[in-house]
Amino acid sequence: MSELMGLKAKLGLDVFKPNSQPHIAIKPGKETDPKLNRAILVCPAGLYTKNSDGKVEFNEDGCLECGTCRIACGSEVLDWSYPVGGYGVQYRFG
Amino acid sequence: MMAGDNSFSTSYTGSDLRQAPYQSYSVLRSKFDRWFAQQAEKVGVMLVTKSRVDELIKEDGKIIGVRAGGDELGADVIVAADGVLSLLSEKVGLSVPANPENYAVGFKEIIELDRSVIENRFGLEGNEGAARLFMGEVTRGKFGGGFLYTNQSCLSLGIVVGIKDLMQGDPGVSAPQLMDDFKVRTEVANLIKGGQTVEYSAHVIPEGGLKAWRTLYGDGILVVGDAAGMAMNIGVTVRGMEYALASGYYAAQAILKARESKDFSRNTLKVYQELLEKSFVYKDFKSFQEAPKALDNPRFFNRYPEMVGSIMQDIYTIPAGPKDKLMTSVKKQINFKEILSIVSDMRKVMKI
Repeated sequence: MSELMGLKAKLGLDVFKPNSQPHIAIKPGKETDPKLNRAILVCPAGLYTKNSDGKVEFNEDGCLECGTCRIACGSEVLDWSYPVGGYGVQYRFG
Repeated sequence: MMAGDNSFSTSYTGSDLRQAPYQSYSVLRSKFDRWFAQQAEKVGVMLVTKSRVDELIKEDGKIIGVRAGGDELGADVIVAADGVLSLLSEKVGLSVPANPENYAVGFKEIIELDRSVIENRFGLEGNEGAARLFMGEVTRGKFGGGFLYTNQSCLSLGIVVGIKDLMQGDPGVSAPQLMDDFKVRTEVANLIKGGQTVEYSAHVIPEGGLKAWRTLYGDGILVVGDAAGMAMNIGVTVRGMEYALASGYYAAQAILKARESKDFSRNTLKVYQELLEKSFVYKDFKSFQEAPKALDNPRFFNRYPEMVGSIMQDIYTIPAGPKDKLMTSVKKQINFKEILSIVSDMRKVMKI
């Protein structure tokens, strides 16, 4: 359906080859850095959330590898690289 | 132009668009890129896919190869075509981390629909296509807009929004929420009705114009396409693929030149920049260098769509009682102070 389908279901349409090694990580000790609030708004896959302790968490499943979080938050709070070759999102249409 | 409760559209069509050589095509990049890579392979290019370049190998300040998954590959010249983030050029100090104000994030759905439905809905024949752009409420007044392109048996529907505006909140709205709200707007819902979303993707676009270009060359390295910042938004069109292709072509010309003297230092490779400057790539970026500044004006994305929407609403309304004169309807929306703002905004737009 082109009607609203929920973000999880929408990401489920994409083809991913997951890797055990995450390619994006919040730097240790930076989880409460206010810069990370930006990622909650800008991530098109909605993968950043704030838990009850006020810490921002990142869930890699469904990452579209756009790089918006890195540009918005900066490399001081995020370790960011592309997935190892052959892994990650594989667009069929692009 | 999309306001909260209404919208106003203009459209352009012309015989020039129907005459070969055609000016624009809509392509699905996964298909196009695969085809394009095959063309390169046919003329002898060796393609190594599924291998991530981890870093560039630097020796005495000169780039001499790449490191990928433990393997090392030597080269006279590296062409950094590693996309908008260009982490590779950043690692060797050729560029600094991206500034949010020079970048936008685009996210889109591929929506499958029968070809006949697309043709009927958009009034198309043969291989014709349509492009629609939306501005205003689609980004909640933030810098950017919505887009819809027709393909043969699917639509590309999405939003591009400036990262700086999106991350600052005010109003705080997430990218996925913008997309959902866009899809249920009557203006859009009617166009995608009955379609089936089959893919959701996202990509960052460099939109900072000439001032945001990265360093184009160094010792043993050239930077092309998105990695160099070569995409351009002038409001009515957003272009990038042709600049990427052309910069790759000029990079190849520069490398051929460097091979003549077997000198791959920046002194020789700077011919890349000279070639670009003589081409439409640099000329376009120079002509439109004021566009990012002129367009970075919240009034275009909130005030004007609302103003035009309200004027049109009054003009087209059939009231139960007596109707205002047309100019009275216009004046109701535009007072003297507003006129001054419009003139000031127009002055900036006239620099584009």
